[in-house]
Amino acid sequence: MIPVGFDYVRPSTVEDAVAVLAADPDAKVIAGGQSLLPVLRLRLAAPTTLVDLRDVESLHGVRVAGDELVIGAMTTHDEILHDQRVAEHAPLLAAATATVGDRQVRHLGTFGGSLSHADPAGDLPAAACALAATMVAVGPNGRREIAADDFFVDYLTTTMAPDEILVEVRVGDTAGWGFRYEKFNRMAQAWAIVSVAALVRRAGGGVTDTRVALGNMARRPVRARAVEQAFTGTGGDIGAVTAAAGHADEGTDPPSDVNGAADYRAHLSRVLTRRALVAAVGA
Amino acid sequence: MTTTETRTENGPARRHGEVGAARRRKEDAHLLTGQTTWTDNIQLAGTLHVALLRSPMAHARVRVDASAAAGEPGVVAAYSGADLADELPGLPSAWQVTPDWVAPEHKPLAVDEARYAGDAIAVVVADTRAHAVDALDAIEVEYEPLPVVLDMEQAMADGAPLVHADAGTNVCFRYSDTFGDVAAAFADAPVLIRRRYVQQRLVPCAMEPRSVLVAPVPASGEYTVWSSTQIPHFVRLFLALLSGVPESRIRVIAPDVGGGFGSKLDIYAEEMLLFALARKLGRPVKWTETRSEAFQATIHGRDQIQDLELAADADGRIRGLRVALLADMGAYLQLLTPAIPLLGRAMFPGIYKMDAYEFGCTGVFTDKTPTDAYRGAGRPEATFAIERLLDELAAELSVDPLEMRRRNWIRHEEFPYPQIAGLTYDSGNYEAATARARELFDYDGLRAEQARRREAHDAVQLGIGVSTYTEMCGLAPSRWLGERGYAGGGWEAATVRLLPTGKVEAVVGTSPHGQGHVTTFSQLVADTLGVPFDDIEVVHGDTAAAPAGLDTYGSRSLAVGGVAVWRAAQRVVAKAKTLAAHLLEVSEDDLEFADGTFAVRGTPGATKTIQEVAFAAFAAHSMPDGLEPTLSADFVLDPDDFSFPHGTHLCAAEVDTETGRVTIRKYVAVDDVGTVVNPLIVEGQVHGGLAQGIAQALHEIAVYDADGNLTTGTMADYTPPTAADLPSFTLDRTETPSTTNPLGVKGVGEAGTIASTPAVVNAVVDALRPYGVRDVAMPCTPERVWRAIHEAQGGAS
Repeated sequence: MIPVGFDYVRPSTVEDAVAVLAADPDAKVIAGGQSLLPVLRLRLAAPTTLVDLRDVESLHGVRVAGDELVIGAMTTHDEILHDQRVAEHAPLLAAATATVGDRQVRHLGTFGGSLSHADPAGDLPAAACALAATMVAVGPNGRREIAADDFFVDYLTTTMAPDEILVEVRVGDTAGWGFRYEKFNRMAQAWAIVSVAALVRRAGGGVTDTRVALGNMARRPVRARAVEQAFTGTGGDIGAVTAAAGHADEGTDPPSDVNGAADYRAHLSRVLTRRALVAAVGA
Repeated sequence: MTTTETRTENGPARRHGEVGAARRRKEDAHLLTGQTTWTDNIQLAGTLHVALLRSPMAHARVRVDASAAAGEPGVVAAYSGADLADELPGLPSAWQVTPDWVAPEHKPLAVDEARYAGDAIAVVVADTRAHAVDALDAIEVEYEPLPVVLDMEQAMADGAPLVHADAGTNVCFRYSDTFGDVAAAFADAPVLIRRRYVQQRLVPCAMEPRSVLVAPVPASGEYTVWSSTQIPHFVRLFLALLSGVPESRIRVIAPDVGGGFGSKLDIYAEEMLLFALARKLGRPVKWTETRSEAFQATIHGRDQIQDLELAADADGRIRGLRVALLADMGAYLQLLTPAIPLLGRAMFPGIYKMDAYEFGCTGVFTDKTPTDAYRGAGRPEATFAIERLLDELAAELSVDPLEMRRRNWIRHEEFPYPQIAGLTYDSGNYEAATARARELFDYDGLRAEQARRREAHDAVQLGIGVSTYTEMCGLAPSRWLGERGYAGGGWEAATVRLLPTGKVEAVVGTSPHGQGHVTTFSQLVADTLGVPFDDIEVVHGDTAAAPAGLDTYGSRSLAVGGVAVWRAAQRVVAKAKTLAAHLLEVSEDDLEFADGTFAVRGTPGATKTIQEVAFAAFAAHSMPDGLEPTLSADFVLDPDDFSFPHGTHLCAAEVDTETGRVTIRKYVAVDDVGTVVNPLIVEGQVHGGLAQGIAQALHEIAVYDADGNLTTGTMADYTPPTAADLPSFTLDRTETPSTTNPLGVKGVGEAGTIASTPAVVNAVVDALRPYGVRDVAMPCTPERVWRAIHEAQGGAS
């Protein structure tokens, strides 16, 4: 299908991009286009102007700042997948990124684009929540930092204003944590029916910290707080894993669609959380 | 996917030469490097572009005013269905399955009532495709919703909303047949298996969407039509019949066609509409389907409810089979819609002997996309039913499913075998194919592993599925078709010409859409004429160049079309021999023909090559009395009967009982497709067939919501499998030549699809029998598998 006609601009600075968005409420940012273009082609959206961020140099690439990784919003999935610093300091992110779409999608699609699209079935929103990432957005009123848990507010909706742009994502060092991204889908290159991003830190004989985020179990990615609380402080044995995973669907609101009804998703979330924790804790 | 190739010789000695050689396809270089002539790639100066407005409602009275669109940028014309009602004839349905069938009018543009979501109701013609699409928004439509009926059983209930109010019923036809004494077979039967299976609705998803380009020559009243179709000859015939333009002024070209699977075996609204628009506007017009349109407006396949009863003796010997089908026609009849379930009529008995058989089928209209032929067309549905029932019978009697089949199948010494439903199976050796499959599969080893996993209550269980199928190929003897109400015949035509340079043109009436006709037919002609494979050009898919033919479907291209090519080449050799004898001044009886050379027996050096003879026939300086110049021959072949390929497919599937995920671990297919002309092409057909059969078993389903909207209307929602979703296949063959054609060939285009669906579902059910599961509805998605376990264990669903 052919999209409705639109104007196209390609600014080279964030400020210029924000100015276009601020001037036209129906303008829309395009990053890698892997989610937006199908929407346009199906005529489910008809923005007046597409603001292409590819020429904004500052949005590309990964750097280390203190004990954080700073990932530019326009960094592609493939770049993240092949970045040694990500592999060392945020291996969960690399694992989740490896499951995004297919090879072509990963070469064109971007980290920031995927997060801004805020599809609860996406892989990276859940991973960002488990990583307790910090989103950095720029708008007409300047920069602000948003915790991942606060960033995603609803289905395909973030807390950013239409004239704000996600510029970078800060991720704390999780080297040494056990991790697992457990994705369940029907087809090799499909969105998750349910996904579980798990991080577990052990010290001495016990679990000192647990972060578990669920994909596609609500209208936004959600932290499985009951699992985290139940598992932290245990010895990390299989009994503790099983008991904690039983809380996975608490407080969730999973959708029902052709891939699965809510009760099936609730069941899957418990099974997958158990499997993710087993892998992450090495039980 | 990889193939393990080992050969089991099981027939007469193979011919030497091209037949049997794994030639790489002549077609591939241009297909794989993008040098294709897909219809949409064909650019003609001055072409106008067409976009269609389709009803978003499944059933509604519509009042359409297209006039506002006419003023939009670039728009040349805009019409509603009512505007063109007098110029557009109804679309044909060519197979009247019963004398009292209901065949409602089917206009290319719905006039005042839309009957499925996607039914076209208006058209815009513009200078660019973008302008045409944009202008659709300007068309004014009032929709008055009408009650929707989607479920076949509800459609048959008293007081159901009617898809076609004029018809007074949603029943299209009722058909029944009985063979043997069914009541006796079922009376006091020690074993009775009764099941309901649902063949879900499928979307064919050919890689290339449909596309039509019509170029008129107003001065001469001639038309050239390019269409992404399997049936250029039928398109020409029906355009002529319905428009009144003589066939001689219509040329239909099927250029490169990117897949069809039956979905392009049809006369579509857009073909009729574009022909009418080109005629009306006097300019070339083009339309290419979007993928979204393809999901809604190209025919769907399957969609059948099967109520089945199998009666057997205590040792499992089958006494009788009862089959009662409901077949969803969708909203209208397309070219062959009502005949599709009936093509399976005689195949429900499969490879088994039985005393009695009863078949009934009711065709039902619903407010959904019309159904028609989809890879296998009736036979996959039949094969699924009998192969699932055999596994159920085996389970009921605690007999191994392969042993249960052995107790019932036709033995190899019993061919030709007149089966219960009136067909005569030409040849086969079910024992040999099964023995080979069993060995390649390590059947006993996997059964032992299955037992261990069951014993250990492993969360991942192993299931083994069997499918010992046969199918009916080579549509079809014309007499057989005529007796069953089909309007046309089943013959096929070929012309073989030796040109003055010694190169060869083989002109064929079948038209490929991916099968490799050019390569296969070149191999047949090369062997027969003794000329190099590369010297042969196969001409097809253009009614000006190949005017006679009945096109490609029903695994007929080799078994019918290929035999016609071979016969025509033989005629060329016979004529060449007469001329060679004349030129060498000997009797024909003194000539031997081998490797393209006529040689006088006992006289070394006295030879003429067939190329020399071809030039002599062209120059015609010295022809024997009564022999016409040029070296060319035609053959029109009407097949004597069908051929019946068969095989044994074994599937090992792991089922994760916690998530419901099914993973195929091993798939062995041993097929017997008679004499093989090109093993590479046969393997390609089996690979593709398996992919589509597995897709039905595990992945694909067309889902409509309660309002009649197709909710699986994109590739992302419909989930056809990619290579990453499929296992490696282990393929092998036995070779039992057909006895119904002189080449011994059988069809292979549909075999993999027909065989694999029940093999996979049998494996899934086999894995879960210890949990009390005895069926999982297709597609066996993780959720459905999990729910089947959950319900069998007594859980609420």
